[in-house]
Amino acid sequence: MRFERREHRPAALVIATPILAVVAALAVAGLLIALAGAPVLTAYWKILTGAFGSRLSTTETLTRAAPLMLTGLAAAIAFRARLWNIGAEGQFYLGAIAVAATSSHVLAGLPSAVQIPLLFVVGAAAGMVLLLVPLWLRLRFSVDEVVTTLLLNFVAILFVSMLIDGVLKDPTAFGWPQSVGIDSAAKLPKLLARSRLHIGLIIAIGLAFAIHFVQSRTVFGLQSRAAGLNPTGAVFAGVPLARTLVIVAMMSGGLAGLAGAIEVMGVKGYVTTDLSPGYGYSGIVVAMLANLNPLGVVLAALFTAIMFVGADGMSRSLGIPTYIADVTVALSLISMLIAVFFTQYRIRR
Amino acid sequence: MNALVDILASAGLWAAVLRIATPLILGTLGALLCERSGVLNLGIEGIMTFGAMIGWLAVYNGADLWTGLLVAALAGGVFGFLHAVLTVTLGLSQHVSGLGVTLFASSFSYYVFRLMVPVAGTPPTVEPFQPIAIPGLSDLPFFGPAFFNQTPPTYLAILIAILMAYIILRTPLGLAIRMAGENPHAAEAQGINPMAVRYGAVIAGSALMAVGGAFLTLSAFNSFFPTMVQGRGWICIALVVFASWRPERALLGALLFAFFDGFQLRLQTALNGAVPYQIFLMIPYVLSIAALAVMARRARVPQALMQPYRRGER
Repeated sequence: MRFERREHRPAALVIATPILAVVAALAVAGLLIALAGAPVLTAYWKILTGAFGSRLSTTETLTRAAPLMLTGLAAAIAFRARLWNIGAEGQFYLGAIAVAATSSHVLAGLPSAVQIPLLFVVGAAAGMVLLLVPLWLRLRFSVDEVVTTLLLNFVAILFVSMLIDGVLKDPTAFGWPQSVGIDSAAKLPKLLARSRLHIGLIIAIGLAFAIHFVQSRTVFGLQSRAAGLNPTGAVFAGVPLARTLVIVAMMSGGLAGLAGAIEVMGVKGYVTTDLSPGYGYSGIVVAMLANLNPLGVVLAALFTAIMFVGADGMSRSLGIPTYIADVTVALSLISMLIAVFFTQYRIRR
Repeated sequence: MNALVDILASAGLWAAVLRIATPLILGTLGALLCERSGVLNLGIEGIMTFGAMIGWLAVYNGADLWTGLLVAALAGGVFGFLHAVLTVTLGLSQHVSGLGVTLFASSFSYYVFRLMVPVAGTPPTVEPFQPIAIPGLSDLPFFGPAFFNQTPPTYLAILIAILMAYIILRTPLGLAIRMAGENPHAAEAQGINPMAVRYGAVIAGSALMAVGGAFLTLSAFNSFFPTMVQGRGWICIALVVFASWRPERALLGALLFAFFDGFQLRLQTALNGAVPYQIFLMIPYVLSIAALAVMARRARVPQALMQPYRRGER
């Protein structure tokens, strides 16, 4: 048995791969639910109703999807240029804490129309800075950025922990380690009254379309793809490799920082060290499920959010640990990798 | 200044260094074995987590401690097999496959743990490995309590390091592993099956990683809790580069690293809150990044690392 590269990739197959991957992941997850002694079909149904069964749960799912879209876009942009940014989790936290600090200490009192755009810039900039360090180490010392971005996640979260235990600690939180709250003018407008759904979702979807345009219609998009497909060849073709990677890193880190910013400004209002339930790491799965396509990221983020919110409801009624959501999402990454392989290769005896 | 000298002269520090180093030694050797055969295994963080969980769970359910380590090793091997299918047979991106294995193995650990052990106020514990004094040597002043009064897995880790240095650098098996990682086409021409070698190395390496994780729950602590591996796997990946892919240097690197870690823990107590504790906790990660920056260009990378091998393709 051996593998042979396909001459053509049928469009139907390419579109079907993420669906097949998700179905396979759900099947394995179903097996794990069955082993735990719960009825599988009921469990699937509870996940679905847990995510969409009521107005509250639907808006919750969409609220969850917004930061996942941004971290998913962060990973998709970087991976396309073969910049392995696994540090979105740290960039998320740095963006979040930068927003909390700036809003409460610098911009407090300014009107929303001024404060909100400025805070977006601040959050994105904080994420950028954290990714430029590993990129610099790669360009200057040839250090693999996978390990450095992973390690910097821990540094960033400890840094945030230090700030919310120290200079940025909320004095009114009864000794609980949480940051000072953002200024009331920094809160993002709601999309729907009586829900947590905020305009961050619209911003994330808008950015997905903008990035799709940049990647498919501009010189920079071509250069960043070339840098990923064949760096040596790209240099010969006149692509400024280092400059392209720096811009890619700024976009990727910026998006992850922005994810942290909207989560603070749209949902929480302050920062704790459990602000993110792994948005940075899930973003990697989202990007891979979308096959690194920015528009696909929107749908993949929605699927991931459904799993997380739905599994919460399912676990309450059936007693299955909520970790089943993380397991399913991780499995869908693995099955997506395999599915993509079989769109490129076929089995020959 | 006196405080510094006191810390360095205490046998407790040096005993702690070996204890802190043990999971790092095992994890680094495991990652090194995979990489020497040409496969980067970023599954390490999740595999260590799973080893920590399943080893502990086995002992919690009545198995003895050595069986616990064995169960962890077998489970690690299974995850290694999964990583090998993805990266060796299918030749997928080793970065993304490894992250996939880590995400799956760690979330699966938490799932199984929550399912088998109900939520309780205080986490359930097991009776961990007890230190064994080496007869004679442990009576030495200072050196005895510092180095010769450790738990059995620590001695085992050091033995494995020496054994692996011998196997990789001095035996035909080691030569086959190195060839698979340097030039798989040449290995094939010599009648060695690089894919089989890579499978073996990834499975064995992953088993070592899982044992390193199990040390945490069966010797260093006595209970399991989520996120307890705390990036040790990633630190091991950095230590492999620092060790320039040589097992004996991996042992030294892990010990050096553990020395800094043990030292900062004691310094933290000595300074008594004058500096935020988070600064100290950052040190291991910053140190790993610094080690990478210093060594990345100097280290000799296995030439075929991260390159999938397909028969008849170049």
